[in-house]
Amino acid sequence: MNDLKALYQEVILDHSKKPRNFYAIENPSHQALGHNPLCGDNLKVFVVLDGQGVIEEVSFVGEGCAISKASASLMTEMVKGKSLADFEALYHLFHQVATTDTPIVEEMGKLRVLAGVREYPARVKCATLAWHTLEAALHNREIAQTE
Amino acid sequence: MMQLVRLGQVRLVMNSLRAEFPVLKTKVHGKPLVYLDSAASTQKPLAVIEAMDACLREGYSNVHRGVHALSQRLSAKYEAVRAQVADFLNAEDAREIVFCKGTTDALNLLANSLGALLLEKGDKVLLTAMEHHANIVPWQMACQRFGAELVVLPMDARGVLSLEALDEALDGVKIFAMAHVSNVLGTVNPIREMVRRAKEKGVVTIVDGAQAVAHLSVDVRDLGCDFYVFSGHKLYGPTAVGVLYGRYDLLEAMPPYQGGGDMILSVSFEKTLYAKAPLKFEAGTPAIVEVIGLGAALNWLKNIDFKEIARHEHHLYALAEEGMRQLEGVRIYGEAEGKSALLAFSLVGIHPHDAGTIMDDQGVAVRVGHHCAEPVMHFFKVPAMIRASFALYNNEEDVERFLQAVKLTQEMFQ
Repeated sequence: MNDLKALYQEVILDHSKKPRNFYAIENPSHQALGHNPLCGDNLKVFVVLDGQGVIEEVSFVGEGCAISKASASLMTEMVKGKSLADFEALYHLFHQVATTDTPIVEEMGKLRVLAGVREYPARVKCATLAWHTLEAALHNREIAQTE
Repeated sequence: MMQLVRLGQVRLVMNSLRAEFPVLKTKVHGKPLVYLDSAASTQKPLAVIEAMDACLREGYSNVHRGVHALSQRLSAKYEAVRAQVADFLNAEDAREIVFCKGTTDALNLLANSLGALLLEKGDKVLLTAMEHHANIVPWQMACQRFGAELVVLPMDARGVLSLEALDEALDGVKIFAMAHVSNVLGTVNPIREMVRRAKEKGVVTIVDGAQAVAHLSVDVRDLGCDFYVFSGHKLYGPTAVGVLYGRYDLLEAMPPYQGGGDMILSVSFEKTLYAKAPLKFEAGTPAIVEVIGLGAALNWLKNIDFKEIARHEHHLYALAEEGMRQLEGVRIYGEAEGKSALLAFSLVGIHPHDAGTIMDDQGVAVRVGHHCAEPVMHFFKVPAMIRASFALYNNEEDVERFLQAVKLTQEMFQ
């Protein structure tokens, strides 16, 4: 139950019920669709990248499980105002934390919340969907698929 | 009073049967397993495990060839299972039993081979709205290959097929494939009646019995269908083995599906002659040990009255359904009368995958997703459902723990 509590802790439930940055951007510089066929999760991520390669605005819309929604919401909070390079670093760190035994440290900030997903391998793709989708958007790919 | 006594007796029988399934003693996340996913695959009794183990330890060999003792003995045992299956289905002749890899394999065989025999451009293949992908996709592929058209018999919101629409739907149809029991809605379809009407119009009928054979007694001659298919692993037997029952004259007329050894009479580079059915459809070394396992499962089931199984499973289903209806925010799918003991549902505001994970943490194994029946999901306008399915080894405590897990899930998302 502790592992489960860790996974679904208040933060995740809160972010899934009241997702942050949950809207469509009218004129994004980048966007992509993310689909998790296993779960039926569907996300669309929007970005506005400014001239200096900084993520000025980031948002998402879509339907999915609590894990996917919360991960997307937490992600947008974490990457807003960050540079592309910073995002790439966070993206790889998150993937490591979600799929390996990497010890979870204070510096990881909000990522620690989602780290619990690694005890539930079947749900990892739910947690990483938004990140793969944002990655795809920033690399001008239209669709990210997790299968 | 008699009902209570009956229930008590059934409980005694079922408790002793439950003890024959070692896996049910497993713990999951520190809690005793509550296995409610038998519709996906059933657990195996010791009799089946031991039969397969014994085969591998003492008597294993290849079959159908070989003059040596091991091969002869095992070949005889293998063919004896064929006769057992014929008996189980009340088929007329063991030659009407083809061993396949499973229901999906059997349906692919039919779509290709029966399709080649019967389907011409402009013909129709009729399915129902509640089919599993295994009884949809092979037909889509066959229709594309032979220039035929797929038509679908509709169902209502309870999961009951529209028999009124059947006669018209059968116009121009060559093949009608239908589920005996829906793997999502639990509906037990009126096969006898549906087959009778199809026969009147000269339509060939195929019944997908994957979800039926473990829960009700199947008599293919009584049903009147031309083909009946099922999987061993949904009948307390092993995976990788399934059965295609087919009317002998049709099997003889059908071209082979896969080529190779065992399905031939003679081979030369100039000309090859095929064997007669059923061997014509059994190319290559079969799943020998699995067939032996299937035989052991059928043998084990022989001692159990299917009426008792039905009574027991329906009792558990009724308890579960009653418990669910007392909760708020629960939607149950599949309300046909006399439905099989599977409970597909959704919880308002909670994604099925989240529910599945939380219930799993309580040791309760249910299945979440589209259950290989996406058209059924589309019909009810949901991306996925949660499904609890009951088998003869489940008991009232399983139902209690299931209901508690559902309540806990709802509490977490309040």
